[in-house]
Amino acid sequence: MANYYLDTPGLKHHLHHPLMKRIVELKERNYADKETYDYAPVDFEDAMDSYEKVLEIVGEICDEIIAPNAEEVDHEGPTVSDGRVTYAAGTQVNLDVVRKAGLMGITMPRRYDGLNFPVVPYIMIADMVSRADAGFENLWGLQDCAETLYEFGNEDQRKKYIPRVCAGETMSMDLTEPDAGSDLQSVMLKATFSETDNCWYLNGVKRFITNGDADIHLVLARSEEGTRDGRGLSMFIYDKRNGGVTVRRIENKMGIKGSPTCELVYRNAKAELCGERKLGLIKYVMGLMNNARLGIMAQSVGLSEAAYREGFAYAMERKQFGKAIIEFPAVYEMVSLMRAKADASRSMLYETARFVDMYKAWDDVSKERKLEPEERQEMKKYSKLADAFTPMGKGMTSEYANQNAYDAIQIHGGSGFMKDYTCERLYRDARITNIYEGTTQLQVVAAIRHVITGTYLAQIREYEAIGYKPELEELKNRLMEMTAKYEEVVAHVTEYKDNEYLDFHARRLVEAAAHCIFGYLLLQDANRDEAFSRSARVYTAYGRAEVDKIHSYITTFDRKDLGFFKIV
Amino acid sequence: MSYKIIVLAKQVPDTRNVGKDAMKADGTVNRAALPAIFNPEDLNALEQALRLKDLYPGTTVTLLTMGPGRAAEIIREGLYRGADGGYLLTDRAFAGADTLATSYALSMAIRKIKEYDLILCGRQAIDGDTAQVGPQVAEKLGLSQVTYAEEIRGINKERITVKRRLERGIEIVEAALPAVVTVNGSAAPCRPRHAKQVQKYKHAKTVTEKQDADTDYTQLFHNRPYLDLQEWSVADVGADVVQCGLSGSPTKVKKIENVVFQAKENKALKPTDEAIDELMRELIHNHTI
Repeated sequence: MANYYLDTPGLKHHLHHPLMKRIVELKERNYADKETYDYAPVDFEDAMDSYEKVLEIVGEICDEIIAPNAEEVDHEGPTVSDGRVTYAAGTQVNLDVVRKAGLMGITMPRRYDGLNFPVVPYIMIADMVSRADAGFENLWGLQDCAETLYEFGNEDQRKKYIPRVCAGETMSMDLTEPDAGSDLQSVMLKATFSETDNCWYLNGVKRFITNGDADIHLVLARSEEGTRDGRGLSMFIYDKRNGGVTVRRIENKMGIKGSPTCELVYRNAKAELCGERKLGLIKYVMGLMNNARLGIMAQSVGLSEAAYREGFAYAMERKQFGKAIIEFPAVYEMVSLMRAKADASRSMLYETARFVDMYKAWDDVSKERKLEPEERQEMKKYSKLADAFTPMGKGMTSEYANQNAYDAIQIHGGSGFMKDYTCERLYRDARITNIYEGTTQLQVVAAIRHVITGTYLAQIREYEAIGYKPELEELKNRLMEMTAKYEEVVAHVTEYKDNEYLDFHARRLVEAAAHCIFGYLLLQDANRDEAFSRSARVYTAYGRAEVDKIHSYITTFDRKDLGFFKIV
Repeated sequence: MSYKIIVLAKQVPDTRNVGKDAMKADGTVNRAALPAIFNPEDLNALEQALRLKDLYPGTTVTLLTMGPGRAAEIIREGLYRGADGGYLLTDRAFAGADTLATSYALSMAIRKIKEYDLILCGRQAIDGDTAQVGPQVAEKLGLSQVTYAEEIRGINKERITVKRRLERGIEIVEAALPAVVTVNGSAAPCRPRHAKQVQKYKHAKTVTEKQDADTDYTQLFHNRPYLDLQEWSVADVGADVVQCGLSGSPTKVKKIENVVFQAKENKALKPTDEAIDELMRELIHNHTI
């Protein structure tokens, strides 16, 4: 029997990153819970051992239950009748098993029945579940919403809802509406406060809501009558037990078909305000989105891994012209680049997850006591890095998931176009990753300011300063050359102080930075473990050519030509 | 109402993933080359026990296993899934036991446990495939027995109702408690290990394991008595040494033959009566038919 955790050595490698010691100490407050909870770790080694043991459970469930169910779930999909969703039979089995394994509320504190795991091992579970069935990851991964509830809800709400999530109830985040997609400021779902009942009521319609028939919903709604922008929006908790929300229809999607995407009708649905009024979009949804984006990154990595495995297995087994097709340069190049993109994406995912862990841990400590100046400094540093790495990582890894899924089909040739092989499902499932939780174009909008303010470059300099093994020096020199070119193009574009021109090249600039960062992350992986040196080399060869292309495009671009691109 | 349930479980080599070095040259199983696992049908039995525990709060599930020191893992695996405790029967004198000696040892341990309403075990173990141990335990203890169980349909203090899966259909039977029920592989699969239980019980160890362990969690054992796993020797269960292990096993291996499965190439036959006659003769000659 295979085990998704044990058959992917990269997971263990990333779990044992040197920064984990700090992360775990902060998250566990020096292991204080051991006095109160029989499942709390007593020290760092014990905590790491617990993460591994739980990851092994997940690895086994992914291999034995979730992955074998994926095809049928894809074909059967969920159904809706009388305003309620019924999951596909396989989805119900999956949910049942993750509940029985206690895999809900993973990052929640133990006092609410959670496992109190850091983000890194939590995201590792998301990575494996996505490899098994990306659509199922959506249902399981929506436990992220508990994180937002924990951060912004009051103590009564935490006590009321979080233990229910830990016991296996599912969540949804109800943001999008027919006329409010990327532009959430236009959300119109109406929240009115009733003085007589002393509670809020929601009325209106939401669309494209993943797992819209969830037990507990976080809802973005307009609480301030007469307002039209983001400052009139607040966040609410809707409990399905109270009733008032029905599912009008579910979408017939191209991929992730096991995950129901719902249109919801709110008719006087009783709801609780979460956090403060008017901060719904500006503060809470931004937090929610950042968590969700990290989740999509994990989903992308899982899909990249799955696509690589399908492509590799087929290339080994398929014989043409008297040999396995993997022996042909045109094919082995594709396969090795898929491996390199999957490895680079995974390194980016866990680097980002560590940054998130560091600032969230400090943020949580700050709720108990005032932080010392240097502690506050550290929190700010990691918060900024998480803010910079999340959109870059989500954008790049979701594009790579699509590229890997595309190449997996290409390796299969005509067979890949048939419904008989897994690669066609991966291709359809991957397609949403660079669209939802903000398209790649919107990730660039979030990332570009870190190009301008130099967050990425400063971090690249930190990576440069690490001591590398002599045999990796040459690779490091290449990355330094790439970085120099990145600096050149940034200087070139920003020189004109022309925002439209900057927006026009923004994606290229973010990608150039990403190639340098991904290259350095793989270099560090290779520095710790020889097994990564192939991917480090393959990726750098690819990334260097990409940076050269970007450099050439930008430096030879005539600003006057910008007009030709404007069709209207 | 609550029940005291004992689940008999065995650690077995994973014969489902047999590689080329699965057998030693002398024809015995190379246990080192095969991962040791919880016998699959014993997991089905454990699930039936845990379902009763879910239904009847206060019910306890105790594992009993016989094997070398490392078989303590079976008890931990049970604890991870929701069992309450377990005993490991381990002693050099138990080694080399056939089904008779095994059921004798297990029945002695069950007598020592004393209080129980129900004994569950898998139909058979994948290393021996005898399906004898469960029924023999029932005989030795003078209990009623139900084999090939697929589902426990009901239970009260006097009786248990069980659905049996037979070759040509199903049968619903009742038996007086206490009873031994052997569970079929077609029964519900066992629940996964639970993340919290794993963290709670992962340090659970037998005395022997504690002596061999390199990490020191002494303080932990002091504060958490549930981490002590019980080991029982022949003397602990008051068994007669002669009836245990090799000396208590009338089964003798006469001969071991290595059978190698080989996929032979296809043979094309002409669609004529002569060709078919020729094939018949060949099959009769090599005793295929």
